[in-house]
Amino acid sequence: MTTAKSTLQRIRSSSVIDWFGLAILALLVIWLATKLVTDPTRFFNVAAIGVTNGAVYGLVALGYTLVYGILQLINFAHGDVFALSGLVASTVIVSLLGLDEGTGVLGIVIGLLVTLAITAPLFALLNGGIERVAYKPLRGAPRLSPLITAVGVSFIIQNVSLAIYGVDFESVPAFVPRTDAITIGEFAVQWNKLAVILIVAPVLLALTWFVTSTKQGKAMRAVAQDTEASAMMGIDVNRTISITFFLAGALAASAGIVYLLQFNMRYDTGFELGLIAFTAAVLGGIGNLTGAVVGAMAIGLVQAFNEGLDGTPGSDWTRSIVFGILIAVLVFRPEGILGERTPEGA
Amino acid sequence: MDSLLDRLKTDRSWQIAVGMLVLGVIYPFIVDSLQSLPLIGDFLPSTASMVVMVVYTMMALGLNIVVGYAGLLDLGYVAFYAAGAYVAGWFASQHFEGVSVHIGSTVDSSLPGIHISMWLVLILAGVFTTLVGIIIGLPTLRLRGDYLAIVTLGFGEIVPQFVRNGDSIGGFDLTHGTYGISPIDSIGFGSFAFRDQENKASLYYWTAVVLLLITVFCCVRLRDSRLGRAWVAIREDETAAAAMGVPLMRTKTWAYAIGAMFGGVAGAFYASFKAGAFPADFYFQFSMFLLCMVILGGMGSIWGVLVGGLILSYLDREGLATIGSKVQDAGLNFDPTKYQFGIYGVIIVVMMLFRPTGLIPERRHKIEIAEGVHDTPLYDVQHEGTLTDRDPSDD
Repeated sequence: MTTAKSTLQRIRSSSVIDWFGLAILALLVIWLATKLVTDPTRFFNVAAIGVTNGAVYGLVALGYTLVYGILQLINFAHGDVFALSGLVASTVIVSLLGLDEGTGVLGIVIGLLVTLAITAPLFALLNGGIERVAYKPLRGAPRLSPLITAVGVSFIIQNVSLAIYGVDFESVPAFVPRTDAITIGEFAVQWNKLAVILIVAPVLLALTWFVTSTKQGKAMRAVAQDTEASAMMGIDVNRTISITFFLAGALAASAGIVYLLQFNMRYDTGFELGLIAFTAAVLGGIGNLTGAVVGAMAIGLVQAFNEGLDGTPGSDWTRSIVFGILIAVLVFRPEGILGERTPEGA
Repeated sequence: MDSLLDRLKTDRSWQIAVGMLVLGVIYPFIVDSLQSLPLIGDFLPSTASMVVMVVYTMMALGLNIVVGYAGLLDLGYVAFYAAGAYVAGWFASQHFEGVSVHIGSTVDSSLPGIHISMWLVLILAGVFTTLVGIIIGLPTLRLRGDYLAIVTLGFGEIVPQFVRNGDSIGGFDLTHGTYGISPIDSIGFGSFAFRDQENKASLYYWTAVVLLLITVFCCVRLRDSRLGRAWVAIREDETAAAAMGVPLMRTKTWAYAIGAMFGGVAGAFYASFKAGAFPADFYFQFSMFLLCMVILGGMGSIWGVLVGGLILSYLDREGLATIGSKVQDAGLNFDPTKYQFGIYGVIIVVMMLFRPTGLIPERRHKIEIAEGVHDTPLYDVQHEGTLTDRDPSDD
């Protein structure tokens, strides 16, 4: 009797909370719609910035979500792996390949591919190595242990970046021009923004293909669903986990390159970006690949609208807004936009 | 009294504790002669550094209640430190120039602003941060494990940004932005302000030691109380604890609120010692620094956290710099202060891998680790998969 009553109460209170959340969301949409009507060009320009940033966040967020899907571990070190990969990529681009403003289109494409061919395997190995050294011995330990270890690893990687690159920002010459690629009236998309999308889209397609259509991808999904049952079915669980970390590292490396096309980076860039990306992964529903990208786009847009439109709190408050969203999602809808209910969020 | 004396005669750990306490209390008198000792003299901290070390250790003990006792990973403890410091800023400085309130303060009564005796402010800070802890805790504590860690991390980021940007909230200057609030009043009695005295560091130091002793006493009593045992029950197995009638939400919220309180009191005290609350002090890494103290000492172990806290805060205040100058004297170009968080990271990872129970393990926690009694293991058979991009034909 009491159980039935409390269940009823829970349903009632949760629906109130849901309605409250939906109401806030509706207000936001209305506000955005007014902005769209009053100044459409600005709206779309800002949105283009949001989508490009969201694409970068998405690549990093996928790394979080892949690892979480398999190990239920928030790999705090992931953001710092991303930062280090970006720094190494800047060295490759500047010192090794010498790409600059004068490089032709073919040179740019080959240069980017070569950079990716160098950093992706390197950071796949690094990420796999981290898993092997720091997380694997803790598989049977209480859940807090690997989480705390991940934070420690994050500090270590960050300081490795600091030791190699110092405190200064690293940048690459604008070898992908920042001139307009597409213009419709006042609305314009620059080449370097377009390049981000042109790189991210195939990477996402390749990842989707890998996870859905290969045997290894199937193994990954199986391990994510039920580790013991997949082990009984003859799946090499350790190898699958390692491959997941390789994949996450390679994604971080590609994210590092696209980030460089737009921004400078230094040793601690990965910390904040990692947090944003993680928020994106949670927003989309952690463990869900499409969700990570959708969430990242949403966060990218929120950030861009906050910094680019009038009548918003402005860039001073971006972090608070992003984390406010994170907290609101976890409180109102812990399974995320596209996620399923998990025991964690119950 | 008799039983205390008996204990002192027979119990080894009591002898050590009392010995350390006596040494701690007389430290300001002997620090000069100790520092002139050859070899080790350079490594001994000044009394002013000792104040900070004791304050940090107090915060670590507060965090230990949340992380060690109740097993809730809090990555945003710095929020409570900030809250405490700003309570001191609001109620014991010239920040609110429009009003003039004086209650038992050490400053001249002609000064504008709210000046309440710092002793009362310490209590106020405790109450305020308890409330902040409850407000943060209530919506988030129904989440389990790593989600909670992330939410607290979020608050740990929001609160510092709030104080940094809080100089015109609806036109009202609440936190004075990046400049922070200063000067904050000194602790003292009547017109006897500690800060104006010759031996101000020593006075603050003894006050800090008293606060630390109160904290340790509370921690010991809490650990053995009904509430403390409920925390441990939740830490070991949440489901079983709930089945045995432990009210999860209330118990967790208490852990959060009480842990927060110590952070707030320590923050307010430190703000008075530094004479200011500056937003630059409240950064995410500080939460990790405190967590590192708890892990190094041993989660849930009061004596362990005391030791871990003192070691790490010593390294932070003076140790790394001293070691660095020694290393550089020896001709090596390496500055450990630059890599302090890398060093803490190594400590965290090494401790987690090789001695997860810490330097001085707590007995129960040790059993937990050894026997694998824990709530949700990394491989949870019950856990439904979440990589949902799957083809229905696979199922």
